[in-house]
Amino acid sequence: MSWEVVIGLEVHAQLATRSKIFSGAATAYGAAPNTQACSVDLGLPGVLPVLNQEAVRMAAKFGLAIGASVSPRSVFARKNYFYPDLPKGYQISQYELPVVSEGTLLIELEDGTEKVIGVTRAHLEEDAGKSLHEDFQGYTGIDLNRAGTPLLEIVSEPDMRSAKEAIAYMKKLHSLVQYLEICDGNMQEGSFRCDANVSVRRVGAAEYGTRAEIKNLNSFRFVERAINFEVERQIELIESGGKVVQETRLYDAEKNETRSMRTKEEANDYRYFPDPDLLPLVVEADFLQQVKAELPELPDDKRQRFMTQYGLSKYDASVLTASRELADYFEEVVQSSECEAKLCANWVMGDLAALLNKNDLEITESPVTAAHLAKMIRRIADNTISGKIAKDVFEAMWAGEHDGDADGIIEAKGLKQVTDTGAIEKLVDEVIAANPGQVEAYRGGKDKLFGFFVGQVMKVSKGKANPAQVNDLLKKKLDA
Amino acid sequence: MHTKSLTELSQGLRNREFSSVELTQHFLDRIKRYDGQLNSFITVTEEVALAQAKAADELLQAGNPSSPLTGIPLAHKDIFCTNGIKTSCGSKMLDNFVAPYDAHVVSKGQAAGLVMLGKTNMDEFAMGSSNETSYFGAVKNPWDVQAVPGGSSGGSAAAVAARLAPMATGTDTGGSIRQPAALCGITGLKPTYGLVSRFGMIAFASSLDQGGPMAASAEDAALMLNAMVGFDPRDSTSLEREAEDYTAQLNNSIEGLKIGVPSAFFSEGLDPRVAAVVEAAIKEYEAAGATVQDVTLPNNHLSVPAYYIIAPAECSSNLARYDGVRFGYRCDKPKDLIDLYKRSRAEGFGSEVKRRIMVGTYALSAGYYDAYYLKAQQIRRLISEDFKQAFSEVDVIMGPVSPTPAFNLGEKTDDPVTMYLSDIYTISINLAGVPAMSIPAGFVDNRPVGLQLIGNYFSEAKLLNIAHQYQQRTDWHAKVPAAFA
Repeated sequence: MSWEVVIGLEVHAQLATRSKIFSGAATAYGAAPNTQACSVDLGLPGVLPVLNQEAVRMAAKFGLAIGASVSPRSVFARKNYFYPDLPKGYQISQYELPVVSEGTLLIELEDGTEKVIGVTRAHLEEDAGKSLHEDFQGYTGIDLNRAGTPLLEIVSEPDMRSAKEAIAYMKKLHSLVQYLEICDGNMQEGSFRCDANVSVRRVGAAEYGTRAEIKNLNSFRFVERAINFEVERQIELIESGGKVVQETRLYDAEKNETRSMRTKEEANDYRYFPDPDLLPLVVEADFLQQVKAELPELPDDKRQRFMTQYGLSKYDASVLTASRELADYFEEVVQSSECEAKLCANWVMGDLAALLNKNDLEITESPVTAAHLAKMIRRIADNTISGKIAKDVFEAMWAGEHDGDADGIIEAKGLKQVTDTGAIEKLVDEVIAANPGQVEAYRGGKDKLFGFFVGQVMKVSKGKANPAQVNDLLKKKLDA
Repeated sequence: MHTKSLTELSQGLRNREFSSVELTQHFLDRIKRYDGQLNSFITVTEEVALAQAKAADELLQAGNPSSPLTGIPLAHKDIFCTNGIKTSCGSKMLDNFVAPYDAHVVSKGQAAGLVMLGKTNMDEFAMGSSNETSYFGAVKNPWDVQAVPGGSSGGSAAAVAARLAPMATGTDTGGSIRQPAALCGITGLKPTYGLVSRFGMIAFASSLDQGGPMAASAEDAALMLNAMVGFDPRDSTSLEREAEDYTAQLNNSIEGLKIGVPSAFFSEGLDPRVAAVVEAAIKEYEAAGATVQDVTLPNNHLSVPAYYIIAPAECSSNLARYDGVRFGYRCDKPKDLIDLYKRSRAEGFGSEVKRRIMVGTYALSAGYYDAYYLKAQQIRRLISEDFKQAFSEVDVIMGPVSPTPAFNLGEKTDDPVTMYLSDIYTISINLAGVPAMSIPAGFVDNRPVGLQLIGNYFSEAKLLNIAHQYQQRTDWHAKVPAAFA
């Protein structure tokens, strides 16, 4: 009997506002505990929340980007529960009327097929603080710096059928929120994290199985592992005659397992009700129009454009549009080198990507600027250097030699390609003269030896001879 | 000096008949002398008061007072946060709480050059109609110390009635300015919801809470209101409107004024002696050229049940922050987190507060929310519609404030429902958000009786005009209890 996996994700994206969602305190990460918590964040008596309009703009941006409806009127509600890092005893969130509802996201699977994932809703809410259990013997420390940080909770439909699909969806979202510049996407700092709702059912079953919610997954790897573990757990449970119970489970990365946090019966009754301190959030048509005008080119549109404008394959276009910064870098290389896009794509996706990866750097941190790379690519195109020599030039640029200037490096290292036919002919003659045995064998039918001669000529030219000319001349002389 | 109106005090200060320091000292002396009998203050801020008075005197001497009220003392209900000064909200929970900021009302007062005498006693977290739920002990009614002063702004009402302060701030969630004003024989106004910023005003029921002035007369209340109203970006429900001078219409004629009297306000439960006082006051208006007609508020009888769902629901959430973790009362040696929560709240809150938290928590619970909270919100809309309809027919609605004059201390403490029912005439006003006043209109058994004036949204200046015209023809507002003359 085969099983179908059903997954829905709730992603919490921390909005990249400078101040908190309901107070003027800064949102910067990593400050000393409680230095970024003002009286509103501390929930002192008499203080009141005031909505940060920037958070609304970001939510609207997201809504428009996923083709969702941005509600002209949405409502902030209080979610009531007691916890030491929840200063007011309630979290301000949106419940019945979220700001964004009914959007879609297109994901691409590894085999190239595409799938549309429904986004049920996205709502604005405030984050809680942090409880610090390690540093205080017998006590729990409370850090309220994070309290009041704006979050966009993005809830998907249960449309994903494997951990791979879930990851593809999450990565797509991760890329989109960064494209929109509404979230820095930093998963280590918790700026982008997710809860996964996982259930299984027999293939063909009409009803969904009972789901478990896995909390607070803060890396793609953990999401994948946690889902796979949970799917296996549920299948084994059912196949051995057990029943899945609706519950919240926690993923333990060290043990790679999920374990029960609380069952449905133990769940809080959050007593949601509209927050009387805040008026309903009204999004005017004009405002929405303005946000729409400010929208950047979205990843799917950009990918399509890269395919048509630059003649790139779908794969290349996908890779290059995975982040807005990478796409911008690539386009700058193309534009300033005025060279063939495919050549530029190969360099950005090849040598550059490899070195970035090796050094764990983002494209924005690349020591080689797009302008410098463009200049080097131009030298390949105009035959100043060969593609092979270019690899040496690129490494020197990466190391910062000559301030990354390709021409300076080529000049200083004497890497300029030899294209003078006379000079190359001389080298060819030398090689032929020095290897009479091989010449005889070649002429006797050992065609494979042609590569040997090319290699020898390149060697004596220290790689600088134009390979095409070397080929031509060798052929002429050997076959003569 | 303590029987002078604010206008007289203002003139006296400008004419150098007395200084602000002298005036302030006079009231501080009266507080020292009399408040032992009344318990109307939780904190007297003598040093602050004298320093502010000195600063006001300098402004006055320089001929540069910041407002007509510069140099005149006032008292703040202890629900308004005061920077560096204890703000208890009448609760053990906040007995140790010193706010690091001023409420908007407090800073506006300071900007106007007002002098703060201290913080007045109140029902715990403004929950009560008799001022008996205060952790700091009950307040006594200056007209009869056996009687309650009303609540929750009972300390402010008693202090003004006994002339321990020329004016005091109050807050009104279901009648907490008007009912103590009525029971203590002073003038109190609850403005339109959103007119006075709630920033720094400790929340009871956010959608109903509104600060307002309590003073001897309508003219004083108008002057004081000028110093309280103003848009505040820190309160999302604060209304951005053009500034208005609430004294501007005081002397307008009320000839042809259309008064609506809802028969529902004169039904069962109203003390006939109170009814007689109210009817006499309305007759006085007729004598001044007003006409009286019947208006219906068909859903008024639903206001008490709706209010006692909405207010506790909001309070149950608003008071969740008092958990013993960051500030306020914390129980001794908690075993664990749950013990810390349970004991801090059990020991820090009084029984009325706990009762309302429990009622509100229940009303918001899954499975009950629709039947209680949502239903109450629907009733609230109906009540607002009733007022809109009524104000399409009349200029003002008049009636009693409280069904009885001040009752005796301890008389109703064991019977919360009877206590709640005494709010029947005041609660619908908060549910609708319209402004209303209480003005002194007579006595029953030497205990004051108030007349309630209810106006349409933003009709404060008109209400003050109507009240002032009555006070020009009567002197109930000028009476001071003999023991505090």
